[in-house]
Order: sequence, then structure tokens, then C-alpha cells
Amino acid sequence: MRGMTLIVKTVTSLVSAFILLYGIYVVLYGHLSPGGGFPGGVILACCLILMVLAFGKKFVDDIVSERAPYLWDCVGALAFLGVALVGYYGGSFFYNFLVSPESHQGAAAAVAGNYRLFSSGIILPCNIAIGIKVAACLVGVFAVLSVFRPEPRSEDPTR
Amino acid sequence: MIPFFLSIVLLAVGVYAIACKRNLIKVVIGVMIADYAVNLFLILMGYRTGAGGAPIRTAAADTAEKFAAASVDPLPQALILTSIVIGLGMTALMAALAIRLHEKYGTFDVAEMKKLQG
Amino acid sequence: MDHTLPLLVAIPLGVGFLMPLLEKLREPEWLIDLLATLAGVVVLGLSLGLVGVEQAAYWMGGWDATKGVLGIELRCDGLTRLMLVTIGMVALVAIVFSLRYMRRYTAKGFYFCLFFLMVAGMNGAVLAGDLFNFYVFLEVAAISSYALVAFGCESEELEASFKYLVLGGLASTFVLFGIGILYNLTGTLNMAQIRAAMPKLTDPQSPNLALYVAAGFFVMGLGLKAAMVPFHAWLPDAHPSAPAPISAMLSGVLIKALGVYALARMFFSVLGPSTEYATVLMTLGALSMLGGVLLAVGQWDFKRLLAYHSISQMGYVVLALGIGAAVLARGGSKAVAGLALFGGLFHLFNHAAFKSLLFLCSGATEYATGTRQLKELGGLAHKMPVTSGCCRVASLSIAGVPPFNGFWSKLIIIVAAVQAGYPWLAALATLVAFLTLVSFVKVQRYVIAGELPSRLAAVREVPASMCVAMVALAVVCLGVGLLAPFLMAPHVGFLDQAADAVLRGVEGTAAVALGGVSP
Repeated sequence: MRGMTLIVKTVTSLVSAFILLYGIYVVLYGHLSPGGGFPGGVILACCLILMVLAFGKKFVDDIVSERAPYLWDCVGALAFLGVALVGYYGGSFFYNFLVSPESHQGAAAAVAGNYRLFSSGIILPCNIAIGIKVAACLVGVFAVLSVFRPEPRSEDPTR
Repeated sequence: MIPFFLSIVLLAVGVYAIACKRNLIKVVIGVMIADYAVNLFLILMGYRTGAGGAPIRTAAADTAEKFAAASVDPLPQALILTSIVIGLGMTALMAALAIRLHEKYGTFDVAEMKKLQG
Repeated sequence: MDHTLPLLVAIPLGVGFLMPLLEKLREPEWLIDLLATLAGVVVLGLSLGLVGVEQAAYWMGGWDATKGVLGIELRCDGLTRLMLVTIGMVALVAIVFSLRYMRRYTAKGFYFCLFFLMVAGMNGAVLAGDLFNFYVFLEVAAISSYALVAFGCESEELEASFKYLVLGGLASTFVLFGIGILYNLTGTLNMAQIRAAMPKLTDPQSPNLALYVAAGFFVMGLGLKAAMVPFHAWLPDAHPSAPAPISAMLSGVLIKALGVYALARMFFSVLGPSTEYATVLMTLGALSMLGGVLLAVGQWDFKRLLAYHSISQMGYVVLALGIGAAVLARGGSKAVAGLALFGGLFHLFNHAAFKSLLFLCSGATEYATGTRQLKELGGLAHKMPVTSGCCRVASLSIAGVPPFNGFWSKLIIIVAAVQAGYPWLAALATLVAFLTLVSFVKVQRYVIAGELPSRLAAVREVPASMCVAMVALAVVCLGVGLLAPFLMAPHVGFLDQAADAVLRGVEGTAAVALGGVSP
């Protein structure tokens, strides 16, 4: 885990910001186009994993602490549960307290406003929570399996 | 009907890998093949001849009737997404266990892990 | 609409995700303990609060499939209620036991995180009113249990967990395949709606073969989860390898919630009882009953012996379900079928109490002496009076000695088998009960009675919280046994309602799903 060649490092530093942006876009527009919390979160996680692979373990140790994935993982899950519980307080579990389900049925669906960002009520906050959770979870899995482990005793010469 | 049977054949391939392979990593791959056989089966189930569009509600298909006439069944797709996530969790756990086992025994060979026989 | 239903899933889930936060923010241990205990009490309290409710359905997000097009349903009937109370009881006891026991391991916060995810998964699986949510919750509970089995990170535990994980993953795959086929046949995932569509598919003139493929997948998948005998290979490794409170949860409730409950739900409420299914259930039950006990008699590892007995005792429950299904399928007396189902479910509850207690006792002896080999133990009656007493109560219960609870449920199953016209199965059940008694006489002889080995001279009783947990379950075993004649009076206990819910299968769920709360 020492990082890769200069070419990879340069390309990664150029590309990673766009990947991050794309991940955020997929999370935010999940209710309007293909995507959503899970695919977006995976893209976000991939961005970080790419950085780990390109720059090596030391670089990432500086920007991500060992416990950060755990904390964000739980925060994402609790946020998702929190959205559901606010709905519970307002009527029923996962109740869409921002938009009532009735307005999405029948002729009302033809309203042009339905295709805007803030048109789906709790789906957007849910997607954001899922995105955080999935990104943190995948980074955590990757880190546990590769980065935050003792280095193997004998270096493999073929690497 | 044939694609359904082919996905069952794929499931059988996965089961074969689980039952007959001695390498832990190959067993993990077997479980994943079995998992993806089910995903394939579910997605095949949602296909409808003559209505093969992506299940996204657009301005052109804004009523439930138009939507249903144009697109495949969206429910299996939602099911598969969930099933993929579950498969991901299971694969991650299996990989972690396989790595730990490799640390303990120094091998991926199931036949050499004998502490639990009997 | 009963508004406590989603909380039964939401509270364990929320507490589960709070635990790693507390652990990673280095909060003091008493906070984790307090939160865990409180959550356990609340979940049990909510489950008990449902006892008075006849039947309830809850539609997520207000999307009611009976009024609109689709919706996700949580449903509670007698069988669900029985499972919820059982899960809540064993979970609370296991939490109290864990408070001290788990200090030997690091990362208690992560332990409780997985523990509560498992509870949330089990509660969700028994509450789910549609097949896919059932599958998702089943996986939540199962994946947590795989991780918990490997919690100690020793070679044996990792190996057992890997075996459990591969077979469990395969079982889930089979279950999902079955669900897919059922969805393809009926176009819905809601259990009650599938049941309503079932008469068309089971038409005797043109039987639908795909339905039998689906049923086959369910038998394999859920049989693996329930560790019925041809599919039992993972259980004797996985259950003893886990920490003792987790063994108690796994044997006490997990194989019931994911395996036996699911089999009952699938074959009574979704597919509907038929002669073929009944034969399969009875065969699985009889094989497990006999195979489990025969393998258990020769064991010298305390926890492994208990694990084999779990297979055997679950065989009783599945056998009783099979007898009930057989009687219902041939249009026999509903009273006889009801008696068999009542016996089976009563045994399920009793097994949760005494097998959890036995696993906790084995954990306590291991905690105090450091070994679980029967030959290295002995003479603990004076050194550990509470543990020995509880172990005695549990052994007498599982062996079916009157007046303990195991006696009554086994008696009912045997009587039902005779009345249903299966005297050979009744004889087999009696033989297995006798072998169980023999096996537990051995446990008593080698653990509690006998000579105290010199290296165990310094052994002391386990800490108070562990004793409290064990005594609570012992009181349940004895109390249910003594009160059994009253519990068996018709239309009194919630057990009777549970059997009734299975018996009515079709009508019960259909009424809830299609007509709101009114039964």
C-alpha cells in the first residue's frame, strides 16, 4: 500500500473531484433519474478507494481517521431512521410528511412541478442518508480489509 | 421458459462450487454465483414482451396506465437492488472471514482446517 | 392500525446503530449497559403490550394496499405475538447475562450493535406481512448472527462462522428463488394476497408445477435455516462457537424465528396445508428428532451436546406442525389439528426458555471454570449453587419430567399424534424423550454431581447479574410448568390464540389484510 506511479497519481488528482461531484449528483437526483442513495454512495466510496489505491495508505490516514467510517455509517443509519420516525410522529412510519401520497396519484401527477428537485418529500433526505451510510460503509469495509491492518510480515516480491 | 431454466443451471453451478471446491475463495465465488443467479432470475421475471422500457416516469408517460404500457415491471428491479446490497454485505463478511482464516492457518484449503471435525 | 408495531423494529435498530457511536466516542461502559438493558425492557414491554390485541395490521407510510394499489404491511396475529414475546424474553435475559459475561471480550459496543440488529431482524421477520420484507429482515438477522458467531475471532469460531455463512447464504438464495417464483405466479408479494390467489394454482385438475418448485426451494432454504436433519451440518459448529448469550439467542429464538416460524407461516398462511407438504414436514421433524438426539448422546462438549438437542427439540415442533397440516389437509377434525399445533407452539416457547437457560448455564460454568468438556467438570453443586440449581431445572424441563414445562408440551404433541392416527410417530417421540432424559442425566452426573476435580477447588459462583438472568429463566420454566393446566384451558392464554392463528391460516391473515383491523 505504498501508492502507484506518477501518471496514476496525476490522473487521480484530476479526476477524483469530478467523481465526487458525480456521486453527489447521483444521490441528489435519485428520485428523478436512475440512481439514488445506494449507487451514489458507491460512487462516493469509489472515489476514496481510488485515492487510497493511487496515493497509498499514508495519504489517506491523514484525511480519514480510523473511526470516521464507523461514525458516519451510524450517523447515516440514524438519519434514515430519524426521517422515518418523524413521519411516525406525523401519522405513520415513513409517512411522507412533506408531500402527501394522495397528490401523486391520478391527474395531479401531470403537474410539471413533479420533476423538480424538491418534489418528492422525504425521498430526497432518505437518499442523502442512504448515500452517507453506503459511502461510509464501503470505505469502512475497504479500510478494514486492506488499510488498517498490520503489514504482512514478508513482502511479496512479485508486487 | 429457457432463460428461467438457464438461471437455475447457473444456481446449480454455484452450488457445485460450494459443495466441491476446497479453496475458500472459490467457495466465496460459488456463493456469489448462486446469488447472481437469483438476481438474474428476478430481472428476467420482470421483463414483459412488447413493453421493454426502463421503469422511469417521464413527462411522456405521466399516468399510471401509460407508464404500465411502456415499461417493464419495476418491482423486481427494486428487489434486485436490495438483494445486491445484501449480497454485498455477505460477500464482505465472507472475505473478511476468509482473510482471518488465512491468517490463522496460512492456507485457503478447507481440508486443512480441521479444528471442528467430530 | 396498531401503532406499536413499527417501534418493535425501529427501537432495536436505532439502539443498534447508537452503540458503535458510543463505543467509538469512548463513552463509559455503564452507559452502553444501561442503554442496552433499557432497550431490552422496552422491546419486551411492547411485545407484552400486544398480548391483548386480537389482530393488527400496519401500513408503512400510510400506503394501504387495501385502499390503493400497493403497500408494505406489518402484521400481527397470534403466532407473531407468541414469537415477539419469546424473542423479547430471551433477548432481555441474554442482555442482562452479557453485561458481565462480555467483559472478557473487547468492543462491547459492537457486540450490542450486532445483537440489536439481530433482534430487529427477528422482530421484523415475524412481523413482515409480505414475502420480500420477510426476506430482508431474515437476512438482517442472519448476517448479524454470522458476525456474532465469529465474535471471538479464534480459529474454531471463524471456521464455524464461515461454514454457517456459506450454508446460510445458500439458504437465503433458495428462499429468494422461491419468493421470485411465487411473485411470478401471483403478481403480488403480500402474503394474504398470495394466499387468496392460491386456490387457482392448486386446482387438482391442472396442478401448477412451478408452485411445487417454489415449495421445494422453501423447504430447502427454510430447512437449512431451521437446521432440520438433512440440512443440519452447520448448527453443531455455529451454536457452540458463539459467546454464551449469543448461543442462547441462536438456539433459543433465531432458528425458530427464521426457520420454524417461517416454515409454519409459509406452509399454513401462504401456500396452504396439503398432504405433500404435511408429509415433508413430518419426515423432516421425525428425522431431526431422532437424528439430533442420537448425535447428542455421544457428545462430551457441553455446548455441542446442547446444540444437537436443539435440532432434536426443533424436530418435535416441526413434527407437530406436520401432524397439524396433515389433519387439516385431509379435512380431519380441527380440534385434533389445533391440539397438535398448540403442542408444537407451546413446545417452541418452552424450548426457548429451557434451551436458552441451558446455554447460559454452560456459559456460566465456562466463565467460572474455563472449560466446557464434561469430563473435566464435576461437583459444582456446592461451589456454584445458583448455576447448578438453574441447570437442574432446565435439564428436568428439557427431559420432560413433570411438572416442568417440557413435560406438558411433549405430552400434548404425543397425544395429538395418537389422536391424529400416527401411533408410530407418538412412539418415536416417546423414545426420543427417553433418550433426552438419558443424555441429561449424563450432564447432571458429570457437571453438578460427582467429584470436584482438584484444579476447580478455587471456583466461585458467577457474578450477580448473570445469576439474575439464569434465575429469571428458571422461574419461567417452572412457572409455566406449574401453571400449564390453567394455560391449557381453551381460549385463555395467548398460546391458544397462536395455535388458532396458524389453524385459521387463510381466514386470519385475509381478514387483517383485506378488512382492516376487524378479525
